[in-house]
Amino acid sequence: MKTYIAERLGIGLVTLLGMSVVIFVLLRLAPGNIVDILFSTGGYVNPSERLAIERELGLDKPLWAQYLDWLRQMAVGNLGKSYRYDLPAWEIIKPLIPVTLELAVLSLVIAVLLGVPMGVISAVRQDTRLDYALRVFSLAGLSMPSFWLGMVIILGLVAWFGWIPPVTYVRPGENLGLHLVQFLLPALAVGYRSSALIMRFTRSSLLEVLREDYVRTAWAKGQTGRVVIWHHALKNAILPVVTVIGIEFAFLIGGLVVTEQVFNLPGLARFLVQAILWRDYPIVQNLVMITAVVVILSNLIVDMLYGVLDPRVRYGN
Amino acid sequence: MATRPLGVDAAGALPARARRAGIRTGLARFCRKKPLGAVGGAIMLLIVLAAIFADQLQTHDPIATEAAHTLAPPGETHWLGTDHLGRDIYSRIVHGARVSLIVGLASTLLGSVLGGMIGLLSGYVGGKTDLVTQRVMDILQGLPILVLALVMSASLGPSIQNVILAISIPIVPRAGRVIRSSVLSIREMQYVEAARAIGIRHLRIAFRHILPNTMGPFIVLGTAQLGGAILVEAALSFLGVGVPEPYPSWGRMLSVSAAEYAQKAPWLVLFPGVAISLAVFGSNLLGDALRDTLDPRLRGA
Repeated sequence: MKTYIAERLGIGLVTLLGMSVVIFVLLRLAPGNIVDILFSTGGYVNPSERLAIERELGLDKPLWAQYLDWLRQMAVGNLGKSYRYDLPAWEIIKPLIPVTLELAVLSLVIAVLLGVPMGVISAVRQDTRLDYALRVFSLAGLSMPSFWLGMVIILGLVAWFGWIPPVTYVRPGENLGLHLVQFLLPALAVGYRSSALIMRFTRSSLLEVLREDYVRTAWAKGQTGRVVIWHHALKNAILPVVTVIGIEFAFLIGGLVVTEQVFNLPGLARFLVQAILWRDYPIVQNLVMITAVVVILSNLIVDMLYGVLDPRVRYGN
Repeated sequence: MATRPLGVDAAGALPARARRAGIRTGLARFCRKKPLGAVGGAIMLLIVLAAIFADQLQTHDPIATEAAHTLAPPGETHWLGTDHLGRDIYSRIVHGARVSLIVGLASTLLGSVLGGMIGLLSGYVGGKTDLVTQRVMDILQGLPILVLALVMSASLGPSIQNVILAISIPIVPRAGRVIRSSVLSIREMQYVEAARAIGIRHLRIAFRHILPNTMGPFIVLGTAQLGGAILVEAALSFLGVGVPEPYPSWGRMLSVSAAEYAQKAPWLVLFPGVAISLAVFGSNLLGDALRDTLDPRLRGA
């Protein structure tokens, strides 16, 4: 088990290293750097002034030197300095993490609470009208852009209740009720989409398990439907679903990029977009690397959970 | 697919007329067996037609601004109303179908063909090549599609080609995985062994004997990715790094400038979003039905 984890972490580290190269090169493909953008508002550019700023930011060094600098800093946990705000990147990123984390967890909870029961009902009532309705409902969730759904939710609230959600971010300490409402709406918009995925996996996985012999035995013993489905069948069917939940958690950040924008929440994802538009390399690089770390770790955790949920799964060799 | 004996070429087995009749009855059976899939196909056909005949279907110039008619509600002259610059929303949606479809199809095709080739070769060759390729795929797959596309399209600069490229790259590893896994099982089949025994060159075996049998998963993959690609394009355009002006794109119609007027003119937000959702819904329905039909392992599931 220990060697397995060590091996996985090693592979993860190699993946991260490769990703750092990809991100670094991608960002340098961009025409223009922060200095261009800073000066584009000023009009006339004094070449010596420009050179001084570039030197200060380390942009005058060759690319490989810039890359090595970045790696060295990351290795000691220094996330560099934001070009735009002239602050250490970590100081800017730190307060954004709880916002995105809260939104992601809330979305995932909604997704699981909605997706698993829908999947079970849909599988048990396969090919009935209810099954079709649930499948169309979930497919609709996969088809609507979550940022648009968010806009429509806000519009609906205004039209029917005359209630306008707060424009600025409300801290939990200020007004807990309003804070929760502010997070619940985007979480609903994002969670609906994830619930659709979870529902589909639950359904197909449960359908497969329901055909197995031991389930037939359980029926033959005269056990009630509730026990057979929720106790015997779902236990085995939930394994692939756990994988999807893990993957979804890591990938929620993609859905949050636009949703945080719509609901004006100061999270990591919204900040990533702004940093990209500003060519604020340290921020973008580090945010993307943080995303990658989250993806790799949550994949590992999911695989570990497999062993806990299913004693047949063995690691190593 | 399933009825064809393995190793027999897809084309040329039947005369053209018989094949056409076969396709027609196949289509009828598909509609009967998979009504939802047929609905999805119909929606996609409608959008394809809208994209092709956008010039004939438009009631106004989609990029002409009309200062006198800004934010007009849906009515007789402007069926779906106008936006904050007085542009006709209906005409913009019809033309937007073109952009969404072209970007969606092109990026899906590019990504799946590229990924499919990589998957085919790395699965067939195996060994160290396979290992290295898989690690590279891991790297590309380690990021959410939207994040990778966002970074790419922002750094490549706004143009239709760059948006297509930005959306297709994240599809490559996903396509590669699917094709590779089916190549791995096909590679071990006896007819491949037989082909090798009579001395057929490796490249010919890979492309002529193995590739046709991966078409099922390939089509399933393509339709599944199409909806996602349309959604990513919408999100990129919404964030302002997607398809540039003056092309009317559904995502751009929803962008920040539209959101500002949403309270006053909800049609600005409503209709383009409905168009996106409908297109993705159609391709998802079609993709599901195709998967059930073409992928025998999932049949009935």
